[in-house]
Amino acid sequence: MTMQETASAAAGAKVFPGSDSRRYNYFDPKGRKATHYEDVTVDVQPDPERYLLQNWIISFGDGTPTYSKDWTALKCTDWHSFRAPDQEWERTHYQRQSTIVGMIQNVVENARRAGAPQRFDKAWVAVLQNHVGAFKHAEYGLGTALMRAQRYGYTQMVNNAILTNASYKLRFAQDLTLYLAEVGSDIGGFDLDAGKAHWLDDPIWQPCREAVEHIRAATDFLEQVFAVNLVFEPLVGELFRSGFVMQVAAAQNDFSTPSVISAAEADYERNLANAVELFALLLRDPAHGEDNRTMLQSWFTHHGGLAVKAALQLQPLWSLPRVKVASFGDAFERARDRVAAIGREIGIDADLPALPPVEVGQAAASAAVTDAAAE
Amino acid sequence: MADAILQARITNIEIMGRDDMPDGLTLNKITSQKGIGISEAARRVADLGWTPSYVKEAMSFPTDYKISKAPRDPMKQVLRSYFPMQEEKDNRVYGALDAALRGDMFRNVEPRWIEWMKLFLAIIPFPEISAARSMATLGQLAPGDDLRTGFTMQMIDEFRHSTIQMNLKKWYMENYIDPAGFDITEKAFGKCYATTIGRQFGEAFLTGDAITASNIYLQVVAETAFTNTLFVAMPSEAARNGDYALPTVFLSVQSDESRHIGNGHSMLMSVLKEPDNHLLLERDIRYSFWQNHMIVDAAIGTIIEYGTKHRDKNKESYAELWHRWIFEDYYRTYMLPLEKYGIKIHHDDVHEAFDSIVKKNYVHKIAQFFSAGWWANFWRIEAMTERDFEWFESKYPGWYDEFGVWWENYAKLSKPGSVPITFADTGYVYPHRCWSSLVPCVIREDFTIDEVDGELFTYASEVDRWTHKEAFAAEYQGRPTPAMGRFSGRRQWEEVYDGWDLADAIQDMGFVRPDGKTLIAQPHLSFEEKDMWTLDHVRGHTIRSPLLALREMTPQQRQAHVEEYRKGFKIRRV
Repeated sequence: MTMQETASAAAGAKVFPGSDSRRYNYFDPKGRKATHYEDVTVDVQPDPERYLLQNWIISFGDGTPTYSKDWTALKCTDWHSFRAPDQEWERTHYQRQSTIVGMIQNVVENARRAGAPQRFDKAWVAVLQNHVGAFKHAEYGLGTALMRAQRYGYTQMVNNAILTNASYKLRFAQDLTLYLAEVGSDIGGFDLDAGKAHWLDDPIWQPCREAVEHIRAATDFLEQVFAVNLVFEPLVGELFRSGFVMQVAAAQNDFSTPSVISAAEADYERNLANAVELFALLLRDPAHGEDNRTMLQSWFTHHGGLAVKAALQLQPLWSLPRVKVASFGDAFERARDRVAAIGREIGIDADLPALPPVEVGQAAASAAVTDAAAE
Repeated sequence: MADAILQARITNIEIMGRDDMPDGLTLNKITSQKGIGISEAARRVADLGWTPSYVKEAMSFPTDYKISKAPRDPMKQVLRSYFPMQEEKDNRVYGALDAALRGDMFRNVEPRWIEWMKLFLAIIPFPEISAARSMATLGQLAPGDDLRTGFTMQMIDEFRHSTIQMNLKKWYMENYIDPAGFDITEKAFGKCYATTIGRQFGEAFLTGDAITASNIYLQVVAETAFTNTLFVAMPSEAARNGDYALPTVFLSVQSDESRHIGNGHSMLMSVLKEPDNHLLLERDIRYSFWQNHMIVDAAIGTIIEYGTKHRDKNKESYAELWHRWIFEDYYRTYMLPLEKYGIKIHHDDVHEAFDSIVKKNYVHKIAQFFSAGWWANFWRIEAMTERDFEWFESKYPGWYDEFGVWWENYAKLSKPGSVPITFADTGYVYPHRCWSSLVPCVIREDFTIDEVDGELFTYASEVDRWTHKEAFAAEYQGRPTPAMGRFSGRRQWEEVYDGWDLADAIQDMGFVRPDGKTLIAQPHLSFEEKDMWTLDHVRGHTIRSPLLALREMTPQQRQAHVEEYRKGFKIRRV
């Protein structure tokens, strides 16, 4: 018998057993067909359930294997079933990040070319310098917490979703840093070190720093992901970004800062979707759902308490811009609604008490007085 | 102020509209704004960090090293320039893949080469993503925040590498004549005796002492030294075999490695500052260099030299490539200078590694082993031919005497119905497996055994024995090393299937084509169904674990066995 050589090595040049097996066939796609994200992501990080015949072959000194389900208090019947709704893999991640970087650079270049920073209201410049400057450290702290967390998930799908979350947060912290440095150089007298000083010492920012440091110090990686996306972001992150900067800036002659900030809001929508999907899956788990709910509820109590304290302490910021177009009370109400809605989505009680009427009243009255003065 | 700006803009527009634009004046220069310099940008970004005062972060990644000096970032990196650059690199990669299809690359590609990609690309995405995970470790361990952006970029780079390689593999699966083996890739990675060797490499990036794993093993040795053979030498061979996709993807991957090498060196310089670390650095550089040699040279050496059809005698052999990339570039210019910082470098290991390739035929013996167990693979290996023999003989004089008959036997026994070569009367002695590197102990004269915690183990060499018994232990030269990793799991594939029939083991691993009987692995490249082996062709032969057999021997029998094993064997013609 002689072996026959085939002229072409292209698909379809010969028909033989397996010659048409042209899909990864070792996992069940979430939909009818595997998405590209699933093909390049699912099962790249294996485990003894899928498919390590010889188990993990190196352990830590205390016997913990390379990956362990014990790295979170949450339990899951099938960690492999999670798929990130944003479906990011390397190509889509770079495309999106690069588009954001380009968008921000265009906005900033155009604003600076038009001399916009020089026309920012002076009181607003102080807000940018001291408080947007302080907030960039919060974003960085969350980014570093997530960068740590992406080591610990039991599957590739969980870890990659946390990795891209970290990438978005760290990019945004840098966006703010470089944006402030650039517009600051146009304004003159802009103190680039003031933001960090406020972050470290200003009483307004200390509960916020405390909340972020608690997230960084959490040893359970899913507690970190939960606290970032389901607690801090809606209660403090969005409150400051959307509820304050994006609503107020235009009235202070500042159209560029909201554009920079808007990227983080869009990032968050995607990271929130990923996080909601993951935690909803864990709460629906037939065997562990109730225990998971108890754990998430306790995390919510802990981090929610810190985040509310941080949010309330930021209240004076709403009084700083010369032109008042938003009130803290309204912004906080939206944050309260948002976190409650997120809680309902995954299945925990995230209803927070409303602000005491006197505080809402004070904030509204204070805004009204300043508005009148501005007119 | 506003008037002045308006006037400036009008002037700019006028300049732009003139035909006689002054020399050196470009639209970009007119419209761009003065930005902050890269050093200032990197400094500002590094200043984002702070020392927590409300809650102290628990150090979640164990290490026995002391690190007090903050590593510096010599590359002054910021993310806003990184993302567009990476996107552009991606555009080129994906454009090239499209072009390769339009150019009908698969019509002319060498199947011998693409088959080995089933193995290589089953392994490599895991070490890549393990490297991404390990950046969590370095980001937390490194004092200060100067190098955080470098670690962040490396984390995202590795995510890139892992998914871009999965994409490449999918692309091969969709377009190459025989997709079997690509289609089960990640499942195969978990089952195969050879991919476990790759997993030893990848798990070593992120398990055990954090500095040992993520800085020394991954960055200082694997990335700085061995990615050159992995990601530079291998793509060259791919191109010689008509595969333009692998070079496109892997040279793009390699362009990220310089960043990782910079991260690793900076972190190493920080670790070096503490004299207490020097003993551990000596241990870890020694272990990492030797194990990288054992694993990477086994896999990549075999793929480059046995996966190619290109036999131009003017091209460099793997031994020559190794001398250039590892000996000259890495050992002489990176490892040796570490001595001036007081680190003991084991020169003898480097020379021994080179000798194992040049004088002891390490790569050839590994290729022989891969072919001896072809039925347990999920890729095809075809026999070497006269043309191959000539090239090997010219590059490695004496090659034919030792390996020629083996490959002639292999060709003879490649027809279904023949005895699988493992069980044929060739004189080949199925090798013991090294407990440290998991690579078979193919250099017979270097084989050694030892007991650890009262149990007997086998090793490919003295350094492998030292790695298991002394380096991966709770104490090193009298110093407690609680953070150091431990070897674990069912490390020897043969032990898992000891006593199994070949056909049952292959079926258990799932290395069977969709018809339920034809093997994915074949000892040839024929795509005719009649030439293909099925489960029935291999049934009736039993897998035995050499280690279990050795453990069952009396001390005298064992001594005799070891002495006999070290003598090696002579292949007989069948």
